[in-house]
Amino acid sequence: MEEEFRGGRPQLFDFITNGRDWSDKGGYGAAEEKNLELRLGLPGGEDWSAVQEKREHPAESAVSPGHIAKIPKSTNMSASSGAKRGCSDAVDSKPEGTLADKTTFQQQHLQQQQLGFLQLQAKGKESLHRTSGSAGLQSLEGKVCGPHAAHASSTKNTTATHSTSQSRAAAAPVVGWPPIRSFRKNLAGTAKASAESPNRRSEAEKKLENDRKGLFVKINMDGIPIGRKVDLKAYDSYEKLSLAVDELFRGLLMAAQMDLLTATTHSTKETHLISGLLDRSGEYTLVYEDDEGDKMLVGDVPWDMFVSTAKRLRVLKSSDLCASPLSPGEIRRRTNDC
Amino acid sequence: MTYFPEEVVEHIFDFLSSHRDRNIVSTVCKAWYRVERLSRRIVFVGNCYAVRPGRVMARFPGMKCLSVKGKPHFADFNLVPHDWGGFALPWIEAAARGCPGLEELRLKRMVVSDESLELLARSFPNFKALVLVSCEGFTTDGLAAIATHCRGLRELDLQENEVEDHGRQWLSCFPDSCTSLESLNFACLKGEVNAGALERLVARCVNLRSLKLNRAISVESLARILARTPHLVELGTGSFTVEHRAEAYQRLIHAFRKCKSLKSLSGFWDVAPRCLQSIYSICPNLTVLNLSYAPAIQGADLVKLIRHCFKLQKLWVLDCIGDKGLAVVASTCQELQELRVFPSDIYGTGTAAVTEEGLVAISSGCSKLNSLLYFCHQMTNAALITVAKNCPHFTRFRLCILDPGKPDPDTNQPLDEGFGAIVRSCKDLRRLSLSGLLTDKVFLYIGEYAARLEMLSIAFAGDSDKGMVYVLNGCKNLRKLEIRDSPFGDAALLVNVGKYETMRSLWMSSCDVTLGGCKALAAKMPRLNVEVINDRDESDEMEENPSDMHKVEKMYVYRTLAGARNDAPEFVEIL
Repeated sequence: MEEEFRGGRPQLFDFITNGRDWSDKGGYGAAEEKNLELRLGLPGGEDWSAVQEKREHPAESAVSPGHIAKIPKSTNMSASSGAKRGCSDAVDSKPEGTLADKTTFQQQHLQQQQLGFLQLQAKGKESLHRTSGSAGLQSLEGKVCGPHAAHASSTKNTTATHSTSQSRAAAAPVVGWPPIRSFRKNLAGTAKASAESPNRRSEAEKKLENDRKGLFVKINMDGIPIGRKVDLKAYDSYEKLSLAVDELFRGLLMAAQMDLLTATTHSTKETHLISGLLDRSGEYTLVYEDDEGDKMLVGDVPWDMFVSTAKRLRVLKSSDLCASPLSPGEIRRRTNDC
Repeated sequence: MTYFPEEVVEHIFDFLSSHRDRNIVSTVCKAWYRVERLSRRIVFVGNCYAVRPGRVMARFPGMKCLSVKGKPHFADFNLVPHDWGGFALPWIEAAARGCPGLEELRLKRMVVSDESLELLARSFPNFKALVLVSCEGFTTDGLAAIATHCRGLRELDLQENEVEDHGRQWLSCFPDSCTSLESLNFACLKGEVNAGALERLVARCVNLRSLKLNRAISVESLARILARTPHLVELGTGSFTVEHRAEAYQRLIHAFRKCKSLKSLSGFWDVAPRCLQSIYSICPNLTVLNLSYAPAIQGADLVKLIRHCFKLQKLWVLDCIGDKGLAVVASTCQELQELRVFPSDIYGTGTAAVTEEGLVAISSGCSKLNSLLYFCHQMTNAALITVAKNCPHFTRFRLCILDPGKPDPDTNQPLDEGFGAIVRSCKDLRRLSLSGLLTDKVFLYIGEYAARLEMLSIAFAGDSDKGMVYVLNGCKNLRKLEIRDSPFGDAALLVNVGKYETMRSLWMSSCDVTLGGCKALAAKMPRLNVEVINDRDESDEMEENPSDMHKVEKMYVYRTLAGARNDAPEFVEIL
């Protein structure tokens, strides 16, 4: 059982469950490591690792497509569950006959991935938002999406070798592209939503429309050099935001702390390292900067007011908060003024 | 030549219509400089930070018309942070002090506050025309000030601005004595206006020739307005939602029939296809038609409409017109000079609407075509080569393939040859925007053949520094270069630093230019402002002193006589 990380005193985490000995570390077999690897796919049986290799080394296709369809849907990688559900759906929805040719399989596979991305857009956007910090998900996007997304359903086939777009264009969506004024983008969205019959596509577009209007604010955490972004419109309460922040930074925090302890870990157990963000009881506290540049504690104002005024977020160490020029009382006074 | 009396020289200068010509003659000798500056009436400032406002007023005391441009072009696509700059107030203040005889002001991509509009309204007794394009920062209160105080206003033209709505009363602020309006365009306003006040206003302004309404104006109101303005030449309708059996619709048709002078139509928000029939009577006279705000009109209805428009010179449509629709345009609109096809399906989940076929069709039918903006899902080299052959008169060619870096789908090749054919064939090409998969080769062609090119937009193109170098060393008339997401770095940036003083500006974002490169450029060229624009979001991540190896996310370089500007926000560093 993990212990909660309390301020001041770093504690050793017991990540090796079931009483296994640390000394086993040197003796980890390749198979076991594979089992514990962070993966994009569903960690099912041995079959999956073969598929994983297939994706990375398309030249060696040892797996028939029909086999892929049998992959179970359950997963214990919550971080990229949305993505995988999307992919396996795509795979299931296109049962293949016999495919002897490797290259056509490759094309099919990529097309499936493209469809998977489309369905990802349709279904998986919620999970995308929940886990926007997940590196695994981002690499999935990077691999699968990219320019394919824009013309995934175009009638002309693009061959699988087309991957020459610049690396920056790989993730969707690209800022400022296509080069049209914002009012034209909204024009198209509203028309499609009303003109088309309510099918999955227009829902997907509506979702995209709403997501485009999402309110992304930067969030940084003390001790972690890399910031993240959260979409405030994806939540409707402080509790959900707090959970999201926890999920976002938990992994990074663990990684940062692992560096300190110079221990290695392959644990995927859920750990609630970051709690008490809102009630000032935890190790960390969530603060935000509003549109006037003032630093405020998150949670003091009604949620809607918070969403409309918050410009960026920060996860501070609670100890720093008390030492900062802005005392809680002063913050409250300021919020009462507006 | 100095033996001519100055009046004669001045008279000769009157025949010079272009700014460039007047700029050149003013450098011939001191006498000509003096004559020219005292007689210049129309002044154009392409970059508001290239010169101080006071200097302009001092040099041209007789100025009557002033045009100023602010933010770089990529600001239209949200690539320039919101409060980067481009404020109109210093210009209006300087003009109020130095040129109180000002009659016309045109601003593009600038931040215009209500305060500046109020100052404008009160400072120029002869003020006649205000044109704001892609500006922001003002509300309907500012418009109210203009309406109230500008006696004798002839033109109020608001194009694609971001205007905050503070109520509908601004239009009512035009006094009853105002009868001078000739052009009124408030299509970009989101809020309602006082319909009754509008109808009375247009009725008493007998010289009104151009009227562009916003979406809030109903068809009923439009019918009443048209009944009072039968001499309109340009009309932007309001929202066009009406039941085609309604009486208002019948009145509208009747009113349209009476407008025998109408040559230009736009608006048509929310129009139901059937209601397009109401304008069939005007179509044979139309030279300008803008249907790009009407996504509900699909190909077949567009086609029915366009078959009537055989005098059309300028057409803006959405890509739902389809390749077939463009073929109809090609066969019907032989006089077409400008075509813009906007995307209606940005997120790519629909079927491809226009392809290279549509463009080829247009080129074979419309030989007078000289200006193109075309959003499509794919393009081939063969098509571009055909287009280049059919239409050698292009002055503006902007092609946007929605998928960045997409090759020719037939051959899987980059589009170098296609664009190469365009620049080789179109000797008068002044503006070019590239897209699709492109290597350094296309830039070799551009540098070699595009001698008249003045503005070049590059996105997701090129392989190496060589690409940019070809352009900088080749295009003698280059004025504006804007590049995004392309692998050009310091070597390219610094290969020909003198070039930037011959240009208005250079924009590079998401390229490989480093802070060190920018510093080197700034050090070598003191009369350039090298602005490094940091994404605010990154300012936390960046160290206090980012290393010179750090890649610059956005860089804007422009020549200037004014030195570093003092209104830059904290996320802009001027080296």
